[in-house]
Amino acid sequence: MSAAAVLQVAGLSTSFFTKAGVARAVQDVSFTLGRGEVLGLVGESGSGKSVTGFSLLGLVDPPGRIVAGSVRLEGQELVGLPSHALRKVRGRRIAMIFQDPMMTLHPVLSIATQMGLAIAAHERVGRAATRARCIEVLNRVGIPGAAERLDAFPHQISGGMRQRVDIAIALLHRPAVIIADEPTTALDVSVQAQILAEMRSLVAESGTSLVWISHDLAVVAALSDRIAVMYGGRIVEEGPTDVVLTGPRHPYTQGLLDSLPSRAKPGTELVQIPGGTPSLLALPEGCPFRPRCPRETEICRTMPEPTGDALRRARCHHPLVLSPAEAA
Amino acid sequence: MLGFVLQRILQAALVMLAMSALVFVGVYAIGNPIDVLISPDATQDIRDATIARYGLDRPLWEQYGGFLGRLLQGDLGRSLVFGVPVLHLILSRLPATLELAVAAVLAATLIGVPLGMYAGYRPDSPLSKTIMTVSILGFSVPTFWVGLILILFFAVELGWLPAGSRGETVEVFGVGWSFLTANGLKHLILPALNLSLFKLAMMIRLARAGTREIMLSDTVKFARAAGLSDGTILRRHVLKLISIPIVTVFGLEFGSTLAFAVVTETIFSWPGLGKLVIDSIQSLDRPVMVAYLVLIAFLFVLINLSVDLVYALLDPRLRRGQVA
Repeated sequence: MSAAAVLQVAGLSTSFFTKAGVARAVQDVSFTLGRGEVLGLVGESGSGKSVTGFSLLGLVDPPGRIVAGSVRLEGQELVGLPSHALRKVRGRRIAMIFQDPMMTLHPVLSIATQMGLAIAAHERVGRAATRARCIEVLNRVGIPGAAERLDAFPHQISGGMRQRVDIAIALLHRPAVIIADEPTTALDVSVQAQILAEMRSLVAESGTSLVWISHDLAVVAALSDRIAVMYGGRIVEEGPTDVVLTGPRHPYTQGLLDSLPSRAKPGTELVQIPGGTPSLLALPEGCPFRPRCPRETEICRTMPEPTGDALRRARCHHPLVLSPAEAA
Repeated sequence: MLGFVLQRILQAALVMLAMSALVFVGVYAIGNPIDVLISPDATQDIRDATIARYGLDRPLWEQYGGFLGRLLQGDLGRSLVFGVPVLHLILSRLPATLELAVAAVLAATLIGVPLGMYAGYRPDSPLSKTIMTVSILGFSVPTFWVGLILILFFAVELGWLPAGSRGETVEVFGVGWSFLTANGLKHLILPALNLSLFKLAMMIRLARAGTREIMLSDTVKFARAAGLSDGTILRRHVLKLISIPIVTVFGLEFGSTLAFAVVTETIFSWPGLGKLVIDSIQSLDRPVMVAYLVLIAFLFVLINLSVDLVYALLDPRLRRGQVA
C-alpha cells in the first residue's frame, strides 16, 4: 500500500441483542484506509453498511454493541476506549455525515450556534474567532453568502445547503477520516452531482480519507478509489474501483452491476437479483448470498473465507474471476 | 410580529365578549338572589324596592347591556352580600391564589423537568424507575387525600409546618403577600406542595417522553458524531425541543390552578379566590360570580397569549413575516 494507513479495521463485529434474538449486523469486517483515500462501502439496505459506519465512531446505541474486532485510527485503538476518551476523538479526528440533512441539524438552533457547539466540543475559541472559522469552512463547502447564512436557521435554507452545513461541521476540526453515510441519497440529482464533485475536491485538497457508504453503485463508482461490497453483515468483495466494476468476482457484485438501470438497453426489462436481503436475525447457514446465488452448490453451506490479498479479495467458493493464486 | 400580536389581541377581545355573555346568562339561570337576600317576611314594597335597586326587574338583555357598559368603565358592580365593590373583593383575594399557583406550577416545572429528562436519558436505571413510580402516584392519588396526609404528617405528627392559613404577610402594591416573610413561606409550602404533585407528575412524563424520543433522533446522533458531550446535548438540544410542550402545559396548568385551587384552599384554609367563589355560589352573589368567571376567562386569554409569544421566541419556525 502506497499511502500510510489512517484507519485499520480488523475483524469488526457488531451485534444487536434484541428480544427477538441476536442480530449480527456486522461480522468480521476488515479493511484498511490510506491517507486521502476514498473507500466506497456498497450494499443493499440491511447489509450492515451503516452499522459499520456507526461502529467506527463507537456510536452504536444499545441494545447493540461491538462484540469483537479492532478499529485503529492513526494507530490508536478505538474499540474499548472509555466514552469520554471516545468523545474527544469524534468530530476531531473522525467525523460523520448522515443521510438526511432535514433530520440532522437541530431545527431551532441557528447554524452559528450549532457550528459553535461543534467547535467548543474540542477547543476553547473566542466568539470572533469561532465566527471567522465557521465562515471560512462554510465558504470552503461552497455556501454563498456564508456570513448571512451563519445566522439563519435550518428551515430557512435548502436541503442541499443543509447537507453542505453538515459537511462543514464534519470538516471543522480537519479530521483524518470522514464517514459519509449516504449523504446525497436524500438530495435532488443535480445537487447530488454538485456535492459529489465538491466532496471529491475537498477530500483531495485536505488529505482527508473518506468512507463513502451508499447503496448506489453509480455514485460510489464516480467517487471512490476502492470499493468494498457488503452483504449480510460481511464484506464479500473488495478491490480497486475499476477492477471491481469491470471484473467482479462475487456473484452478488455481478448482480448489483447487472441491475444498474444505466446498463440496461432502453425498452428492455431491468435485471433484478431474485429474492430479498436476508434477515440479520436468521442468516442462512454458510454463505449469506447462497439462497439467491445462481452458482450455489453444496460447498456454499460452509462460510467461504476471503481469498486474494488485502488489495483485491472476495468471499466466495465459486468466484467469477479467479485470483492469480487460484488460477495458478 | 406586531401584526401577529394585534391579531391575537383582537381574537382575545372576541373570546372575552362571548365568554361574558355566556357567564351572564348562565348565572342568571341559576336562581334568583332576591330569595336569598331578603328575609321571607319582608313586605312586598321592600321586596320591589330591592329588586328595582339591583335592576333585577329589567329584561335580561338590558341587564347584560348595563353590565357590559359598566365593565368597560372598570366597574364590576357591588357584592350583594358584602356590599363592597367586587373588584376590591377579588383583588384582596387574588394575591393569595396567585402566589399559591405560581409556587405550585413553578416547583412542578423546575423539579419535574430535570427528573423527567433524566428518566428519559437513562430509562433503564433504578433511579429512573423510582421517578416514574412516584409520578404514577402523583397522577392517581386524589388531591384532597394528599392534602390531609400532608397536614397529618408535617403539621400534626412532626410539627414542622403550619396546618393552614397564610401566616404573616407584607404589603406590596396595597395587597398582602405571604412569600416575602419566612413565616408566610412556611405556610405556603404545604398547600403549594399539595397543588404541585399532579403537575409534577405531568411534567415528569412530558419531559421523559420528549427526551426519549429526541435522544434517538438523527439530530442527537449527528451532534454526538461531532463530539458533543451528552450533557451539552441534553442542555442545548433536548431542553430546547421539549420546552414547547412544557410551556403549553405550564400555561394551561397555571390558568387552571388559579381558577380551581378550591379543594386545596379549603383544606388549608387558604383565603384565596377559590373559597370566595364557593361562598358566592352558595349565597347566589351574582356580581361576584360573574366578575370572577370573567376574570378567569381573561386570565386564560392572557396566559394563552403569553404562551403563543413564548412559542415564537423558542421556535424560529413560528415567527411569521420573516424573510429567509
